Amino acid sequence: MNFELTEEQQMLQDTLRRFLADRYDSSVRNGILDSDLGYSPDIWRQLAELGVIGALFTEDQGGFGGSGIDIATVFEELGRAGVVEPMLDTAIIGGGLIAALGDDAQMPLVEFVIAGETHLALAHGEAGARYDLDHVATRAEERDGDILLSGRKAVVVNAEAADYLIVSARDSGSVTSQEGISLFLVPRDAAGVTLVGYPLVGGGRAAEVALDGVRLPATARLGASGAGYTALNERLAAAHVALSAEALGAMESATALTRDYLMTRKQFGRAIGTFQALQHRFADLMVEMEQARSVVILAAGHLEDSAPTRDLNTAAARNLIGRVGRLVAEDTIQLHGGIAMTQEYELAHFAKRILMTDHRFGDADYHLERFVALSSAAA
Amino acid sequence: MDLNYTKEEIAFREEVREFLAESLPSELAAKVRAGEELTKADQERWHAILNARGWLAPNWPVEYGGCGWDAVRRHIFEEECALAGTPRIVPFGLAMLGPVLMQFGSDEQKAHYLPRILNGDDWWCQGYSEPGAGSDLASVRTRAVRDGDHYIVNGQKTWTTLGQHANMIFCLVRTDPDVKQQAGISFLLVDMNTPGVEVRPITLLDGTPEVNEVFFDDVKVSVENLVGEENKGWTYAKYLLTHERTNIAGVGFSRAGLAAVKRIARQEMAGGRPLIENPYFAARLAQVEIDLMAMATTNLRIISRAASGQAPGVESSMLKVKGTAIRQEINNLARHAAGPFAMPFVSEALEGDNNSIGPDYARPVTRQYLNNRKLSIFGGSNEIQRGIIAKTMLAGGAR
Repeated sequence: MNFELTEEQQMLQDTLRRFLADRYDSSVRNGILDSDLGYSPDIWRQLAELGVIGALFTEDQGGFGGSGIDIATVFEELGRAGVVEPMLDTAIIGGGLIAALGDDAQMPLVEFVIAGETHLALAHGEAGARYDLDHVATRAEERDGDILLSGRKAVVVNAEAADYLIVSARDSGSVTSQEGISLFLVPRDAAGVTLVGYPLVGGGRAAEVALDGVRLPATARLGASGAGYTALNERLAAAHVALSAEALGAMESATALTRDYLMTRKQFGRAIGTFQALQHRFADLMVEMEQARSVVILAAGHLEDSAPTRDLNTAAARNLIGRVGRLVAEDTIQLHGGIAMTQEYELAHFAKRILMTDHRFGDADYHLERFVALSSAAA
Repeated sequence: MDLNYTKEEIAFREEVREFLAESLPSELAAKVRAGEELTKADQERWHAILNARGWLAPNWPVEYGGCGWDAVRRHIFEEECALAGTPRIVPFGLAMLGPVLMQFGSDEQKAHYLPRILNGDDWWCQGYSEPGAGSDLASVRTRAVRDGDHYIVNGQKTWTTLGQHANMIFCLVRTDPDVKQQAGISFLLVDMNTPGVEVRPITLLDGTPEVNEVFFDDVKVSVENLVGEENKGWTYAKYLLTHERTNIAGVGFSRAGLAAVKRIARQEMAGGRPLIENPYFAARLAQVEIDLMAMATTNLRIISRAASGQAPGVESSMLKVKGTAIRQEINNLARHAAGPFAMPFVSEALEGDNNSIGPDYARPVTRQYLNNRKLSIFGGSNEIQRGIIAKTMLAGGAR
């Protein structure tokens, strides 16, 4: 047993942490949050140059990492700095899906992603689907050798910045069948694609996407017909590791801010951190942070294992991170008091980022239900 | 990072399993599983079996007859013992006094007492707590007054676990009442057969006489029984407490407890289906199982960091708070899983003489639940631990 990072991972962590500490302070971040794009192309280019995107892909895929621990290492640092750039959507999900399913003509997109030149978005969720991965009403029809896509996609994160949308649509089957779901690479500016964009509470942007008879060549298909559900399920395991690690990093920053505040803020002539009522709440946060750190290690360390082990651990991680994340967000605000209610104070962003993690690809309850199903299947 | 055990550690686990399969008497395992109370003879029998294999003192160095295992091996051993349902190793001589004597005792004390602990000649109990002291251990009032080559001891200890079995007690006594609390304490070894020592049982809320009051009335103790120096006892007491906390996380107990809850919930029927399929029950069970997965990993992280068996500091406070909360929640789930048959208070049922009331698995659940309320109180209450955590972490230290 060994809980140490490899030398390469340690270097990656150090480099990324230093870079973000230098270049991504709260004024930079607030500028990005207020911008029309919702992310910084300049920061994105520098992250690519540092090799951060490449660290999320295996050597076979053109990167130099790609393990669960690599992913967790990168995302913990992104979370610690409150980074809103679309690393999850473009690299882990978008790039990961193409790397897993792409044909020779599509594969070069992975290189462009690693180089920081291409953005991607997953257009999968729909109104009424909540977190159900198999709920796809969007239809794909064959028309004279072409494909016609029609449907509505909801809260498509990073859609406006994306060069391609990875759209899930049905070749066959009922709206909630796992069978018959396929994926398609759709240029964002294709005729019939309409975006209504908006900013997100936790930073970054998303869009409601309308697909009105979008006509695509057969070569736009990503992976085999009907392979969409399995491919999404596989790839989301990595997304769960990334989301959990990112939330952990943000939680570390939120608790660090709180520690400093408890020791400097004075009330009744004493640092408020000397009051037992606040000390015990802070102690509970520290205990739960160790739980959070451990569960991220479990999810990351088991990402390459068999599907049942992998999924049990990611479900556990998302459930625990959802619960502890809420505790950290709410209690760090409470321990600060009024100052934490302001948008200007840095904690606001971390708290919102942590809380919104629990709305992507399933919340704590969703993953608890998943954990129960996976455990009883294993029993 | 590698979440797997090394080949050597896996082989060691296998060796422990084989030993337990061969050497753990099935009637002892059955008693532990059923939550029945173990007699003094049961405990001594298991100690003797471990001692014969040389595995009674995992935390002792080899030169004193211990195993000399590192933290990971000790953890594996404890986990396998809990899963197999062995009696607990009674900690007072082995885990508590032994390390103190090795560190601070005289050569005569080491030569005399350490082998007797291993061989079961002495059963030690702990004379720390006093009436009214609670978690404030340093407020020792039991007095020891020097009289030639003896001390005369007067006072009272309480919460003395399994003191009814013991022939020896190690005590914190006040030898100087005129200095700061911590500075006037000495560490004294007392033969409980000395005139003036009286043990009275305290019946706990679960009906068991697990703890006792111990009274000292002009008890004459030779100065040879002083450990280390007079008035330095607080240092030794704190050293002992760090050893008391080495298995504080109780991962093995929680795993065994969780397995027991699942066994009950598979047999109990609710609405025509096994309770374990009830979504509300399943959710509560899953949540504590997830908490345990994380806590076990925290435990392993701390263990792998604690090179050379060094006792960790603030981390053990964290493990105590979380580990005890998890164990108590598992006890709570077991109690609820048993349904109405958690109610009968039948002490004979615990002894296995009464088979007519409810299913076997229901008999110990309430007693265990009640008994384990102690987990968050003893060894420094969880509130004391939170104070330690906050003060350490707010000082900016630890990690």
